[in-house]
Amino acid sequence: MAHGAAVAHGEHEHHPTGWKRWVYSTNHKDIGTMYIVLSMIAALVGGLMSWAIRLELAEPGIQFIHDTHFYNVLVTAHGFIMVFFVVMPAMIGGFGNWFVPLMIGAPDMAFPRMNNISFWLTAAGFILLMLSAVVGEGPGTGWTVYPPLSSIAFHPGPSVDFGILALHVAGAGSILGAINFIVTIFNMRAPGMTMHRMPLFVWSILVTAFLLLLALPVLAGALTMLLTDRNFGTHFYEVAGGGDPLLWQHLFWFFGHPEVYIIILPAFGIISQIVSTFAKKPVFGYLGMAYAMVSIGVVGFVVWAHHMFMTGIGVNARAYFTVATLIIAVPTGIKIFSWLATMWGGSIEFKAPMLYAMGFIWLFVMGGVTGVVLANGGIDTAFHDTYYVVAHFHYVMAIAAIFAMFGAWYYWIGKMTGRQYPEGLARVQFWVFFIGVNVLFFPQHFLGLAGMPRRIPDYPDVYAGWNFVSSIGAAITMAGTLLFYYVVFHTLASGRKAASNPWGEGATTLEWTVPSPAPFHTHEEMPVIAGGGHGHSHGHGMPRPAE
Amino acid sequence: MPMRDMIRRLLFSMPMVCAAVVALGIAGAAAQEGNVGEARPWQMGFQDAFSPVMQEIHQFHALLLVIITTIVVLVLALLGFIIVRFNAKRNPVPSKTSHNTLLEVVWTIVPVIVLVVIAIPSLKLLYHSGRTPQADLTLKVTGHQWYWTYNYPDQGDFSFDSIPIPEGDLKPGQPRLLAVDNPVVVPVGATVQVLVNSDDVIHSWAVPSLGLKKDATPGRTNETWFRADVPGVFYGMCSELCGVNHYFMPIEVHALPKAEFDAWVEKAKEQFATNSHSPVRLAANGSQDAAR
Ligand code: HEM
Ligand SMILES: [Cu+2]
Ligand SMILES: [Cu+2]
Repeated sequence: MAHGAAVAHGEHEHHPTGWKRWVYSTNHKDIGTMYIVLSMIAALVGGLMSWAIRLELAEPGIQFIHDTHFYNVLVTAHGFIMVFFVVMPAMIGGFGNWFVPLMIGAPDMAFPRMNNISFWLTAAGFILLMLSAVVGEGPGTGWTVYPPLSSIAFHPGPSVDFGILALHVAGAGSILGAINFIVTIFNMRAPGMTMHRMPLFVWSILVTAFLLLLALPVLAGALTMLLTDRNFGTHFYEVAGGGDPLLWQHLFWFFGHPEVYIIILPAFGIISQIVSTFAKKPVFGYLGMAYAMVSIGVVGFVVWAHHMFMTGIGVNARAYFTVATLIIAVPTGIKIFSWLATMWGGSIEFKAPMLYAMGFIWLFVMGGVTGVVLANGGIDTAFHDTYYVVAHFHYVMAIAAIFAMFGAWYYWIGKMTGRQYPEGLARVQFWVFFIGVNVLFFPQHFLGLAGMPRRIPDYPDVYAGWNFVSSIGAAITMAGTLLFYYVVFHTLASGRKAASNPWGEGATTLEWTVPSPAPFHTHEEMPVIAGGGHGHSHGHGMPRPAE
Repeated sequence: MPMRDMIRRLLFSMPMVCAAVVALGIAGAAAQEGNVGEARPWQMGFQDAFSPVMQEIHQFHALLLVIITTIVVLVLALLGFIIVRFNAKRNPVPSKTSHNTLLEVVWTIVPVIVLVVIAIPSLKLLYHSGRTPQADLTLKVTGHQWYWTYNYPDQGDFSFDSIPIPEGDLKPGQPRLLAVDNPVVVPVGATVQVLVNSDDVIHSWAVPSLGLKKDATPGRTNETWFRADVPGVFYGMCSELCGVNHYFMPIEVHALPKAEFDAWVEKAKEQFATNSHSPVRLAANGSQDAAR
């Protein structure tokens, strides 16, 4: 990385080189890059698993995964990898690390060494998870790991223990990361960067960090109890010893529901930045947007048992969880309408990041409305554990998050590498991927309505038609994904040089005031943010860039 | 997994799948003399409803479908308009509006109203399906890896296992992965209280066309209920991941007119006499729903 004249203080460029630069890194940009690379590797693994699943499901009958336990292992590993080692590292560790300090005018994260350990714990977690699939029989429990199926009696080998340790380790990394973000955002904002002027991406990471901090310890506790049940004869979840399997479900979903917001909140932030940039307008209803995220985060902690409507919890409890869940639709609606209003009256350029932002809105609305259906404890009888749920959560969380990540990658790659992606190819990549995921997941609503359960390697022949369509969609999605990796390669190998602000007047946040690629050290002299409205730093007065 | 292989595989299988689907359609039509609670090829909606609860689910879903389709169409229309009207060519100078309090209040209040419209029928359905009315008969269901056991406490307390029929042993007309050797039998029009329990891991006893799904969890007895309104055969599948054969743990319910049901009970008592003391474990620590 040579920045020449762009950087006034050459001595700041001194940093370790070779492997030491990365393994010992305390630099938020390098650590962010490592998170993104980890995510891209994990995505290949998790993606290949999902395509193996879809290949198996293309026709009725067992095709080639004759060991149906292995099928369950694939489903489980796919879920874990995608959630913990693809989406979370990229969004929070990757883009969060890179752009939170840049956007608030901080020179780095508050605890650079802790940042390093956060990353390496996450990487270690990924390795442990991969090991869990090859030691013993592999965890065939689903990503929800419900006991007694996950207990020692039904998973006697060490693989569930490895899975537990993987989540423990990655969870510890995430908790440390969350603390780092909270402290950074509260304490290291540049003068004039008040809370209410922070870009919405920073807000989204702040709320996410609080969710991580509060939810992950609950998961850790639940996992520890499972570990001791499995290995040291405790009976937290063992009926025979007076325990209760539902305890696990309550604890898991007390973590699990906030977890889906942990995945999608950073996506909200990213989409807000992109929409505002390409519409060339400030975010509409900035305060509403910020506090909608806060309220989604808060309410997200009191809705967990909507995943447990069939478990035999009382009818009054189900009524409460129905109503509480429906309430989340209100701040969610505020987000969607505010994005539309931000675009309204804009002068929109449909570059790849913007295509992904608009694709995100479509996916999120689709998955959001089926969420409103599933919120109802009464009708969930028909939907629980069917493919309707698989379609719902892939739309609202999984694929929506991937859209935000692709959008973010195109949006920020010039800043991160100094090279701009090829616009035409990127748009083709968008359309292939967009068509692919819709052909893949839309028909799954029909399968779920017609009663097809999830997590099955073979299904009654009546479900053949839509399953086949869905698998065609998976093939198209795979083509779109591979095309993305090609675009990455193309960009790094021969992308045009990126300007410090490739997007023009719409890009008002601080990262666009530093050169591209962003120098190793930025904002060493604090930028001063003067005037300006909400969420865009130099509305009236230009901040003074780092130099 | 090379993509080429996958595509080739998919393309080759297309004619086969189509043929299978057509054949099934014909077979399905032929079987339609009796009522069959099963999906149809290319089905896009719910299975037919054969119980009051499933009928209400149908009705409530019809309402929800209107609401959610309206929302999706509205958002799509707005997106479409934005694309056409506010692209950089047509609208070179962006406006700078970033607030409109009235608008923001409206898009907060209107969703609240819509949610109230949803919540009222939703809670009605929930309380109706979630509380068992005066029952005519009790059925105890126990999940095992990977079959169900049924017990009739009011009919002489006989029990039997309901074992899935492997593909090779299917008789004509018996659907793959859905048929069992001994289906569970109930009288038409009777309110059946179902007590669901498990012997090993968690399973879930589900019959879509009867609006039924309840987890079978070790250590607790969960309660649900149904009433089959017409004679027929209603299929379901285990709906909670329970291990290697989770995909092959079907549920088959037969609803018979009262007289035929009584005759079946007499026969079943003899046939399953040896089972009658096989313990159907309903664990002591809690009848959760039943307590209400
Ligand atoms: C790239 C395209 C993807 C494809 C083709 C795909 C496909 C699938 C399939 C076939 C299943 C199994 C459904 C079942 O048997 O019940 C599944 C489950 C799941 N997927 Fe994906 N998926 C994709 C992306 C993602 C992403 C990005 C995420 C994460 C955020 C994700 C999270 C999950 C989870 C949590 C499950 C549930 C696992 C379980 O049942 O335990 N998927 N996916
Ligand atoms: Cu949830
Ligand atoms: Cu099962």
